[in-house]
Amino acid sequence: MKKVLTLVFGLLFVTPSFAAIEILITEGLDGAKPIAVVPFSYDGIQTLPVSLADVISADLARSGKFNPKAVMEMPQQPITDKDVDFAAWAEKGIDTIILGQIRDTRPGVFSVTYQIIDIIRGQITGGGAQMLSDGQLVTSNDHIMLASRPIQFEPADFRRVAHAISDNVFEKLTGIKGAFQTKIAYVLVTEQPQRPYQLVVADYDGYNEQEVIRSNEPLMSPTWSPDATKLAYVTFENRQAQIFIHDLYSGSREMIASYPGINGAPKWSPDGSKLAMVLSKDGNPEIYVMDLLTRKLTRVTNNRAIDTEPSWYPDGQSLVVTSEIGGRPQLYQIDLRTGKKKRLTFTGEMNLGGSITPDGKSLITVNRTRGNYHIARQDLRTGAIQVLTKTYLDESPSVSPNGNMIIYSTLHGQNQVLALVSVDGRFKARLPSGIGQVKSPAWSPYM
Amino acid sequence: MQPTQLLKYLVVALPMLTAACSTTTGEDDTATSTNARETATTGAVAGNDGDTVEVMTLEKKRQMQVEEEERKQATLRQTNMLFFDFDDSQIQGKYFEILEAHAAYLRANPTAKVVVEGHCDERGTPEYNIALGERRAKSVAKYLQNLGVMSSQISTVSYGEEKSLDKSRTEAAFAKNRRAVLVY
Repeated sequence: MKKVLTLVFGLLFVTPSFAAIEILITEGLDGAKPIAVVPFSYDGIQTLPVSLADVISADLARSGKFNPKAVMEMPQQPITDKDVDFAAWAEKGIDTIILGQIRDTRPGVFSVTYQIIDIIRGQITGGGAQMLSDGQLVTSNDHIMLASRPIQFEPADFRRVAHAISDNVFEKLTGIKGAFQTKIAYVLVTEQPQRPYQLVVADYDGYNEQEVIRSNEPLMSPTWSPDATKLAYVTFENRQAQIFIHDLYSGSREMIASYPGINGAPKWSPDGSKLAMVLSKDGNPEIYVMDLLTRKLTRVTNNRAIDTEPSWYPDGQSLVVTSEIGGRPQLYQIDLRTGKKKRLTFTGEMNLGGSITPDGKSLITVNRTRGNYHIARQDLRTGAIQVLTKTYLDESPSVSPNGNMIIYSTLHGQNQVLALVSVDGRFKARLPSGIGQVKSPAWSPYM
Repeated sequence: MQPTQLLKYLVVALPMLTAACSTTTGEDDTATSTNARETATTGAVAGNDGDTVEVMTLEKKRQMQVEEEERKQATLRQTNMLFFDFDDSQIQGKYFEILEAHAAYLRANPTAKVVVEGHCDERGTPEYNIALGERRAKSVAKYLQNLGVMSSQISTVSYGEEKSLDKSRTEAAFAKNRRAVLVY
C-alpha cells in the first residue's frame, strides 16, 4: 500500500516537463582536491534506480572543494579496502577514495555500507598497520578514515541516501557540515497561458521538484521557516501583493499581511518567532517586524526613502536592509534594540539584496558597478569586497546553511536560470532548466 | 441682387423657417423660440439667403466639436501606458495630454474606478523593483488627483519586474517594461 501511495504521489508531484534540471560546472574544478567515488559493488537481483556513486560524485563536485575523477581515470575498481592498490591511486595523484557495497536484503529494501580510504596512509602502512593495544599487536586499519554501518533504505530513497553519504564524507574530509540533504524553493514562470506562475520546492541539486502552488498571478520572495516545514511568500492572486505562510506538510495556507500597497520581502527570524517584511501602508516602503504569535507589527524604519529587503543577522538582533536614504540603494545594518542604523556598503553604484553568512563574518550583496549586477561578498571586518560572479543580471542570492555556497538567479541566453557560486568565488555552476524562467531561489535550512 | 429684392426674400423666408421649427420641435416651446430668435438675429445680421444653412452649421459645429473632443479624448485614453527612464518615476511631458484625457473621463464619471499598475525592467533586485514600481504607480495616481480625480477612484498596485512585456533583455525591451498602466 505504501508503495502504491508513493507511486501516486510521485505521479502527482513530479512534473516531467521541468524534471531536467542538471548542473553544468562552469568554472573551478582545477583547484579542488582530487577524489574518486568508485562505483559501488552490488550483490542482488533487483535493478538499481540510480547509481549512488554518481550522485555522491556530483555532490562533491558541486561543493567546489573536490574534483571527483571519472570512472575512466580510475586505475582500478576495488570492492573493499583489501582490494585497493594504493600505489596505483597515488600515482594518479588521488589521495582519497570512497568505496561502497550495496545488497538487496529483501524485495523493496536495499542495504549499503561505505568506507573512506586514505590512500597516502594506506601506501605508508601497506593497508596493514599494526599497533599495540592492551599489550598485543593488532591491525589498526588507520587508512580507513570512516567505515559506515549498514544503511537500509527503499528504492525511492536512493538519492536521499546518496546525499546523506555525501554529507558524512564532506564533513569527515573538510570539517564543514554537509548541506546535500537540503532543499531549494524557487519561482518558475512558464509560457503556458493557464497558471504560468509556480512555486517549486526541489532537492538542492534540482531533483525531486514538487509544485507547492501554481497561480495566474505572480508569486515572489519565498523564505523558509527555520525548521524547514513552512514557506512564507508573496502572492498577487487577489490582484494585490499579500504575504502568505504555507505549511509544506499539510498544504494549508494562511494570509498574514494584506495592507494597502506593498506587502513584500518576508524573511523569517532565526528563532522562527518573527517575520521581517516590507509594507507601504503608511506611505512608502518601510521595514516592519511581525510577531507571528500576536501578529503585532513593529515599525523598524521611518523615512521618505525606499527601505526594503530585510534580512536577519544570525543572532537575530539586527537586520540588513536596502535603503535609498543616501540617494542610491545601499546596505545598512539596523540594530533592532537601539534602532541605530549603520551603513555597510560603499563600493559600487548600488548594493541590494544583502544577507549575512551563517558564520556572521561576511555580507553577501547584489553589487552594481558600471551598470553590471553581480553577486559579491564583503568581509564585515575589513570591508573588502570581492565580486564573485561574471554572469549577467545576477540577483536573489541565497546562502547554503553551511555557508559554503550561494545559489542565485541569473540570465543565460534568453532565460533566467539558477546558478551556484562558492562563497570564495572559485567554483561556479549553472542549473539549466528545460523551460521558462527560474528565479527567487531560497536555500532551505538543514532539514 | 438688389437690396429691395433681398428684403422681400427675407420677409418670405423668415416666417417660413419659424413655422418649420415650430412643427418639428413643437414639444419644447422655449427651445423653439430661442431657436427662432437666434435664427432671426443671425438672419438679420448675416442678411443673405445662406442664413438657414449657417444656423445649422453653428449648431453642428458645436456638436461636432464636442464629439471631436470626445473622440480625441477616447483616442488618447486608448493609450493607457506611460513609460519611464531607468530608476526614475517622473512623468514625462509627452504624457500630460493623455493623463488629462483620463482625468476628464474620471471626473465626468465619478463612479468609474482605475487601477494604476507600476512595472519595472529586470535590472535591480525583484524587491527593490516592487518599491520602484509602486513609486511609478503613485506618481501617476498623484498626477490624476492633481487634475481633480477623487483619490477614492484610484488604486495602485506594483508588479515590479514580475510582468514584463518584452523578455528579450535588450535596451529597447527594458524601456518597454519600465511603465505604468491604467486599467479600468
